[in-house]
Amino acid sequence: MTLDSKIPAGPLSEKWDNHKFKLKLVNPANKRKYDIIVVGTGLAGASAAASLAELGYNVKTFCFQDSPRRAHSIAAQGGINAAKNYRNDGDSVYRLFYDTIKGGDYRAREANVHRLAQVSVNIIDQCVAQGVPFAREYGGLLDNRSFGGAQVSRTFYAKGQTGQQLLLGAYSAMNRQIAEGKIKSYTRHEMLDVVLVDGQARGIIARDLVTGEIERHAGHAVLLCTGGYGNVFYLTTYARGSNGTAVWRAHKKGAYFGNPCFTQIHPTCIPVSGDHQSKLTLMSESLRNDGRIWVPKEKGDKRKPEAIPENERDYYLERIYPSFGNLVPRDIASRKAKEVCDEGRGVGSTGLAVYLDFADAIKRLGKDAVEAKYGNLFDMYKQITGEDPYQTPMRIYPAVHYTMGGLWVDYNLMTSVPGLYACGEANFSDHGANRLGASALMQGLADGYFVIPATLGDYLASVERKPISSDSPEFDAAEKAVKDGIEKLLSIKGNKTVHEFQRELGQIMWNHCGMARNEAGLKEGIEKIKQLRNEFWKDIHIPGTDQELNQNLEKAGRVADFLELGELMMVDALHRNESCGGHFREEFQTPEGEARRDDDNYTYVAAWEYKGEGQPEQLHKEKLDFESVTLTQRSYK
Amino acid sequence: MGSMLKMLNSSIGQKVIMSLTGLFLCSFLLVHVSGNLQLFKDDHGLAFNQYTVFMTTFTPIKIVSYLLYATILIHAINSLLLTMANRKARAVGYQSRKDPRSSSWASKNMGILGTILLIFLITHMANFWYQYKFGDTPWAEYSVDLNSGMVLGEPIVIEGEDLHPHEYVRTDASGNEVNVVVVKNLYAVVKEAFTQPLLVVLYLIGMIALAYHMVHGFQSSFQTLGIRHNTYTPLIRGIGIWLFGIIIPLLFAAMPVYFFLQL
Amino acid sequence: MSSENMNLTLKVWRQRNGQSQGSFETYQAKSVSPDMSFLEMMDVVNEDLIKGGKDPIAFDHDCREGICGTCSMYINGRAHGPVKGVTACQLHMRSFIDGETITIEPWRATAFPVLKDLIVDRSAFDRIQQAGGFVSVNTGSVPDANAIPVAKACADEAFNSAACIGCGACVAACKNSSAMLFVSAKVSQYAMLPQGDVERKDRVIKMVSQMDEEGFGTCTNTEACEAECPKGISVTNIARLNREYLRAKLTE
Repeated sequence: MTLDSKIPAGPLSEKWDNHKFKLKLVNPANKRKYDIIVVGTGLAGASAAASLAELGYNVKTFCFQDSPRRAHSIAAQGGINAAKNYRNDGDSVYRLFYDTIKGGDYRAREANVHRLAQVSVNIIDQCVAQGVPFAREYGGLLDNRSFGGAQVSRTFYAKGQTGQQLLLGAYSAMNRQIAEGKIKSYTRHEMLDVVLVDGQARGIIARDLVTGEIERHAGHAVLLCTGGYGNVFYLTTYARGSNGTAVWRAHKKGAYFGNPCFTQIHPTCIPVSGDHQSKLTLMSESLRNDGRIWVPKEKGDKRKPEAIPENERDYYLERIYPSFGNLVPRDIASRKAKEVCDEGRGVGSTGLAVYLDFADAIKRLGKDAVEAKYGNLFDMYKQITGEDPYQTPMRIYPAVHYTMGGLWVDYNLMTSVPGLYACGEANFSDHGANRLGASALMQGLADGYFVIPATLGDYLASVERKPISSDSPEFDAAEKAVKDGIEKLLSIKGNKTVHEFQRELGQIMWNHCGMARNEAGLKEGIEKIKQLRNEFWKDIHIPGTDQELNQNLEKAGRVADFLELGELMMVDALHRNESCGGHFREEFQTPEGEARRDDDNYTYVAAWEYKGEGQPEQLHKEKLDFESVTLTQRSYK
Repeated sequence: MGSMLKMLNSSIGQKVIMSLTGLFLCSFLLVHVSGNLQLFKDDHGLAFNQYTVFMTTFTPIKIVSYLLYATILIHAINSLLLTMANRKARAVGYQSRKDPRSSSWASKNMGILGTILLIFLITHMANFWYQYKFGDTPWAEYSVDLNSGMVLGEPIVIEGEDLHPHEYVRTDASGNEVNVVVVKNLYAVVKEAFTQPLLVVLYLIGMIALAYHMVHGFQSSFQTLGIRHNTYTPLIRGIGIWLFGIIIPLLFAAMPVYFFLQL
Repeated sequence: MSSENMNLTLKVWRQRNGQSQGSFETYQAKSVSPDMSFLEMMDVVNEDLIKGGKDPIAFDHDCREGICGTCSMYINGRAHGPVKGVTACQLHMRSFIDGETITIEPWRATAFPVLKDLIVDRSAFDRIQQAGGFVSVNTGSVPDANAIPVAKACADEAFNSAACIGCGACVAACKNSSAMLFVSAKVSQYAMLPQGDVERKDRVIKMVSQMDEEGFGTCTNTEACEAECPKGISVTNIARLNREYLRAKLTE
């Protein structure tokens, strides 16, 4: 199968409008004859479910959490970008597009990104109308802040809770449709497989996580809005439950995986404190607006930060990147932090941290102003570390935060399996090799509120309007496979816990496929994963049964999938002989240590096709054509 | 009207009933305490007894007093219903429960305090109200010097059928005009009752319960009615604590103590 | 940072499922680092249980950074434990002392039935929101964001109410298992914004009615909810809910 991205013809700024006009429509009376399955109820899933139900489709939503409102979109702190130009600072749809393409190191589709920038303005309108309490100025109009990778202030925010507020907005829209009977919400349910009938996605197999019952759900289309797979690294800013199971099982059913190695490491997280750690907590990137990042100039300087005089501090981001300073994109900020720590100039007990200092900001703006802006983040930091950031600089270190890679989708967000769609972080589409801050919320909502409601009809218009039965050989087979898989897991009764496997896998991924990668390390990593996977299937021990609420069983299924997905990430990282965005191959860097792209050979999306257990995956390349922007080496100096 | 009834049936509505009845009872407390202050008057109970006549015969007051009895019943019964519903809302309790320090003791024990108050009220009504209305409260005849306004000594106990409160003026032996007042002598009943230490203790317990009940109840009823304001809420809390929680219960408590110590 | 590790005794509520009877079991948590979060301590205990061939303790958790509202433990008599303004996942073991016995119970409310061990079903909250916790606007049919000015004070207040994470600590902490703080926060958010004004009356009536149907208790204004709320939602919201409800009912 060849990859057809279905990018519409015509000038960049007219593509989306032209495309929308050309898409087939489903007449309003017929919409209620279609059943849509939405898996995941974060920003993408909740907004898609609500919008599709408003259009008249029958929607079923699934989430593993106890309520749709708890999806991890809720944890995004800083904000959401939109090209409103309310600040009169020269912003425009084109500039947001340009910043995003450039920030993504030219590994995203122009057409998708431009559409994202276009609809960004509608997102803010929509959210405000829903009652999302964005920050406002005294005149009653919306406030903006600036964010990494941009020189304009286009980020809308709700204190440090933008993600929660936006998700609650989408959740409220969903609730309205649930009340109207257009959405049926299944909580504490996990999708365990996609069911294909005649090569088209026609339903899912899900497990009721309370009773353990395996259920069949049929529909005319399936939307995967299940977020990213960063938890393959174990210690991340993701929620403990975030997983790659839905996308991975879809992948195994034929959906290509796009750019799996593109993962984002967020520069401002609270450093690891010990072996027991289960999670890394992110501090919003907005802190970089006023905080200054530094390390001591001397190696192994163990003095307290206050005791180190100004001239013995190295504000390395301001030094290397005078024009963007502390606001360079995330991949650069993270990598530089790793470099200074590797040089032995890291701070804190582990030496794996740099300072983020607010002393100047407090002097300049006053403690009250700093508190008003960042109070909740400071409180959180203090609660976790026991240190007061008003008195002493924060210690931060990068942590895995987002996956730009995901299921390959065409311009309509359909995967390579007809009828199977992927929205939000679950797809690979808009961020290229690196995502800019405050763009994840934007993409999730763009996909859910504005893209999928327009594009889904085009597919459904050609699908028969009769109900899909879940009583078919395909559903039988899928259900049996799921049940067999669970039984296999439970029957091993080995000696190691899921937790142990997950940690080991995370270590392998972080060491071999983390902030910096190289050929030898990746090859070694692949071998290690294979070994660990073998061990997993021989030695996993899962207490309890499948007929009850069994959190270890849930986790085991997810880790089993991560053990396969992790390998594909490494294979992808190994094949991409260049450095771009979050993918930094040590062999490919400029003399100054910056990422060196290879545009001649790697200006494409790597879409991997599953070929069966134990078989190498097949690479398909979707060439990226840049008509509007010129590819340049990113420079934030 | 249907909507009103439905509203009163809702959880908030039931709390509104508690709030409104509670506030009405608060207003009664104010009236009751100011009226009863006449017990302290050095007139052998004349003013108090006259006040009692007014309170039991003036029609508007009579109507209000029936309203009051109904209010007490509604307040008590509704609280019982609420307590039962609230018990049902937590069928299985905690083993390790600790309440946050910020929650006042009173707020958590309104039911117990209310029960003590109800017991107190029943005793109180039996002792005085029932005694006055249906018991053998003695009749007394007071003489008041119309020139000086002074009550001339202890009243004379009078007996007979068909007595009713009345007064007339007569001229005494020395030519002074004297107002003669015939009333039921509830004052004597009060004075007599509070010679019993047990009853005094019961009254003191009742007033402690009242104090705590008021400290929480007064401000809480405003919260239930949705009245909350940065400036006025502290004022309401102040009134609840100082007037209803301290001053009124103290004044009430002073009455049995006053008679017990025969001050 | 880290001082000495601690040894603790845990008394944990264990219950196989919603139908079965539960009871307390005692476990030892050895060598607990003060830098661990409470849930990380539970992870360690669970690893030991699994290794010892026992069933691990089921507890709800997800983001582990205090925002998703999933974790729900009643620790030593307090919802989310002894520290004010944090969820159980943000509670660190430095808040406990060596040798301490810690009692861990699920949220207790008839409207939050236990599903297993420390996990309860909070779908009642979802149903309350479904009853009216939204502004009826369809995707796409909205004016420009700045066409709806909102006074900063209102926007800030609305945000403070909207900061509720729906964890249910208010219900767990209330002696009556009342959900008034949760419901009032949502009603308040919309009541303070012009966007919410149109459906104001209908919303409050429907949400309160659903709240009652779910079997939560009534509000006695003990204010335990505010004290235990990890997001510091104020009982001012409850007064506002009462006001909104009365106004809606009296002018219906």
